[in-house]
Order: sequence, then structure tokens, then C-alpha cells
Amino acid sequence: MRANTIGFYTLFTKEVWRFLKVITQTILTPAVTTLLYLVVFAQILEGRVEVYEGISYAAFLVPGLVIMAMIQNAFANSSSSLIQSKMNGNLVFVLLAPISVWEFYLAFVLATVVRGLLVGAVVYVAALWFVTLPIHHPALVLLFAVVGSAILGALGVIAGIWASKYDQLAAFQNFIVLPLSFLSGVFYSVHTLPPFWQQATFWNPFFYMIDGFRHGVIGVSDVDPWKSLLVCLLFLAVVSAVCLVMLKKGYKIRG
Amino acid sequence: MTSAVTIAEVHKHYGALYALRGIDFEIKQGEFFGLLGPNGAGKSTLINIMAGLTYADRGAVRINGFDVRRDYRQARRALGVVPQELVYDPFFDVREMLRLQSGYFGFGRENHAWIDELLETLNLGDKADVNMYTLSGGMKRRVLIAQAMVHKPPVLVLDEPTAGVDVELRQILWRFARRLHQDGHTIVLTTHYLEEAEQLCERIAILDQGSICALDTKQALLSRSPYRRVRLTLADAAIELPESILRLVEEREAQSITLRLHRLDDQLGAVLEAMHQCGGRLLDVHTVEPGLEEVFMELTCRKRGEVGC
Repeated sequence: MRANTIGFYTLFTKEVWRFLKVITQTILTPAVTTLLYLVVFAQILEGRVEVYEGISYAAFLVPGLVIMAMIQNAFANSSSSLIQSKMNGNLVFVLLAPISVWEFYLAFVLATVVRGLLVGAVVYVAALWFVTLPIHHPALVLLFAVVGSAILGALGVIAGIWASKYDQLAAFQNFIVLPLSFLSGVFYSVHTLPPFWQQATFWNPFFYMIDGFRHGVIGVSDVDPWKSLLVCLLFLAVVSAVCLVMLKKGYKIRG
Repeated sequence: MTSAVTIAEVHKHYGALYALRGIDFEIKQGEFFGLLGPNGAGKSTLINIMAGLTYADRGAVRINGFDVRRDYRQARRALGVVPQELVYDPFFDVREMLRLQSGYFGFGRENHAWIDELLETLNLGDKADVNMYTLSGGMKRRVLIAQAMVHKPPVLVLDEPTAGVDVELRQILWRFARRLHQDGHTIVLTTHYLEEAEQLCERIAILDQGSICALDTKQALLSRSPYRRVRLTLADAAIELPESILRLVEEREAQSITLRLHRLDDQLGAVLEAMHQCGGRLLDVHTVEPGLEEVFMELTCRKRGEVGC
């Protein structure tokens, strides 16, 4: 069966267009929020904490904040788009179209990657006002940015399909996504934690996104970036598989 | 010739509730087909299965010969659905929504001229760059019709298209549906307005409690009613009627009497003779053939074993 490339591209364009129509809310607001974190934490801890030798706390913090903003917004993009379409009833227009589950999945996830990259770029450029931060491995940065955003984009699709009301989506975001992203080494190195929390962090897939991305920016990380990339790719494969099975079965979207 | 719609032994249940119980019928190419039934009869479930919005538990549905599950791309390309609810995407204006919908079906810029034509045909030209939330219910309904037609489907499902619209728009929608039918489209109409089905449809299926309780041409269905009505206008309103006529009286108001006659048991000749014998002079006699509403009530009530319908 031939792929519906125009259908896929239209859905992808529509998803990008949708968040660009409310750019203040979807790009600028998260950028400002992230910069506030940077201002507060970097101001308080600068000079008091040195996570890696020869690297300032602000230089350590910025990559973590950038990738955290990217993945949180990637999740918000697909999940809010889906739940709004479900609640408004306009998801029916996509469901009536000859679009396969793969095309549906890729369109939503790639649109979240675009939003993730835009948010990341805005935060990074703005952060340069506060700290000089050349990128050590640009390809690695881009790889972790894309994979991390895709993982959260796919998780957002799962949450958007699963949630029947905004309250459930908020629970998914506040009880799963937010703790996993905050407890992933954005603000600290995993080596500063007690053994129990260190072990717990190694089971958190978000840790590998942040650690690998940080390695790409400052050239130093807690674990080998290739190991981080492998974990991220495996996690992406798992959430994508769950997502595709849900779409294939029409779980909560096809009667 | 391949049927426009084939529904083969379709079953669907939601938990303990059986929505469809082995529905089986075909709709021919170019037909104007009515799907009627009371609320909860299973009409929307059946349409959702045709459109791929719900999956059947058992059985198969084909659109123009394409299975809605196995050949979903071809089946969906062959079908346009005007949903019952007035849904829209609040992020986009009318033209953007139509272009997006066209894109979902694999059309590019070459389809923009057809979109403009649809906007003009449905009198939406001046609303093309307006967001849907500012439009009236009737206008929103027109946009939904345009959206369903954007990929030029040979089979069009109108799911209660005139629910909540005013008389003028209803006439516009009827004219548009007739034109599409004349152009060769197969139209499947579900409606609560039986007058609408009577005016437009060639063949009608009546669905009740998940089963088909009648499927026939409009004429054949209308002839199923065992009753007809006769309205008599008397010269003298005070005349005392004999028992043989009184038992047939459905309504009496001044000089006008409406009688309900069974096609087999009550002869109009006998009624007129009895009237003549009691000295009742008639000014006018008018027979009223049964409408679809009567047939509908008769069939759906009988199925439930209800009396007094």
C-alpha cells in the first residue's frame, strides 16, 4: 500500500502551524521560565558549587535547563494538541483521512521535535547573555535534542490518547514527566547523590538524555555519552512501540 | 457493478449493550439512501464503522468494494462524512481547514480551485478567511459539508445534516444534496425528520435496537401502513353518528371528522353508506395517505411490543 506522503506532511505542517499560531505561549513563555531558573540558581550557587573541575556552575546548569525545556515542551505539544482535538471533537477530521498509524505517529512526533528544537535554540541563545558556552560536540547535541524531544513527543501522544480529560493529562505531566525531568541531574551531578538515589537515577531514562546532551555542550558527563545514546534509543523504541500499538488498536480514539 | 456500500453481518457491542446485531444490507451506486431510527437505534454506530471511526466486533463493511479495515486508504478516499456534531479546529479559519483536510487526503495545490468552488457553492465565499468559532450553527454545518466533499468522494454520508438548522438553510442543504445525487454521488442520509427522508430518499432502512426492522423502497414502505385517514366535512355539526362510524373517529371538531380506516377491514363505501342512512349530508370527503412517520412509528413500536402507538 502506497504511503500518503502528502497526508503525513499536511498533518505535520498543521501541528507545527498550530503551535506557531500561539508562539508566545509555546516558545517564548517556556524560554522565559527557563531563564528565570538560570538567573535564580546560577546567581545563588555560582562560586559555591563546582560540579566538574574548571567548569562554572552556570556552564553546568545551562545544558540541563535547555534540554529540560525542550523535552517538557515536546511533551506539552503532542499531548495538548491531542487532548484538545479529542475534547473539541475535531480529531475526527484526521481519523476520517487515509492516514496510517505510522504517518500519524511520525507527524505528531516530528512536530514536537521542531518545537523542542525551537525552544532549545531560544533558551540557549538567551543564556549566552549570562554565560559563555561554546558547544563541544554539535552533532551530539543535535542527536540528543532530537531523540529526547522525540521520546517526550511520543510520551505526549500516549498521554494525549490515554487522558479523557485535562485533569488526567495534568496528572501524567505532574506525577510522571515533571519528577522524572527534575530528578535527572539537571541541577546536580549524579555523583554527588547518596548511593540509593544514585542507583535510582540510573533507572531514570531522562537522566541519560540530559547527561548526554550536557556532554555534547561542555564535553564532560557522568556516564559515557554513547551509553546514554543507546539507553535513549531503546527508550524511544519502547515508547514508540506502545504509541503505535495504541494507535493501531484505536485505543480511546476509535470508539 | 460493485455496491457503493456493503454491510455484511456487522455486530458491535459496548459492554453489555448490543449496539448492532448482525446488520446486513447493500446500498447501490448512485442511490439516495435513508437510514432512520429512534435515538439509540445504532445509526451513528453503523456510520462510525463505515467511516473507520469505530471497529466492528464481527462482520465486514466495504465502501465501493474496499474493506474499511484492510483497504482503509481506498475506503476512506471513497467516503465523505458530514458529522452530526458541529466540530471544528479553533486554530484555523475556514479556508485553512478545508486545505488541511484536502491535504490529509493526499491533495496538493491542484485541489485549491475545487475548494474555492465548494466555498462559492455553499455560499461561504465571504466567510473563507474567518475563524469557525465566529460562524453561526448553519454556517458551521456548511463548512462541515465542504470538508466532507473536499476530496470528491463518490459516497457521501450526511449524519443528521439539518439538525438544528433553520428552514432556509434546510432548503439550501436539500438542494445541494439533490444536486450531488444528480451528479452521480451515492448519498446516505440519517435524519430524525421523516419528512426529509420522504422527500429525498429512494430507499430507506429503519433501524431499531441494533437491528434492521424494515428495508425497502420509499413507496413500498409507505404502502405497509395498514391504515389510512379520511376527513369528512359535514353539513350539520350536531348530527348523531352511528356506532359503526363512531368507532373509527380519531378526531372531531365542529363539522370536520377524521376517521382512521383499516385498509382491509374498513371500506370507505360502507362508511359513506352508513353516513347516508343516518341522514348526515357530506360537504367534502378527503383521503389522507399515510406518511413515513406513521410507518416508522408502527414498525418501531411493534418491534418493542408497545401498544397505542
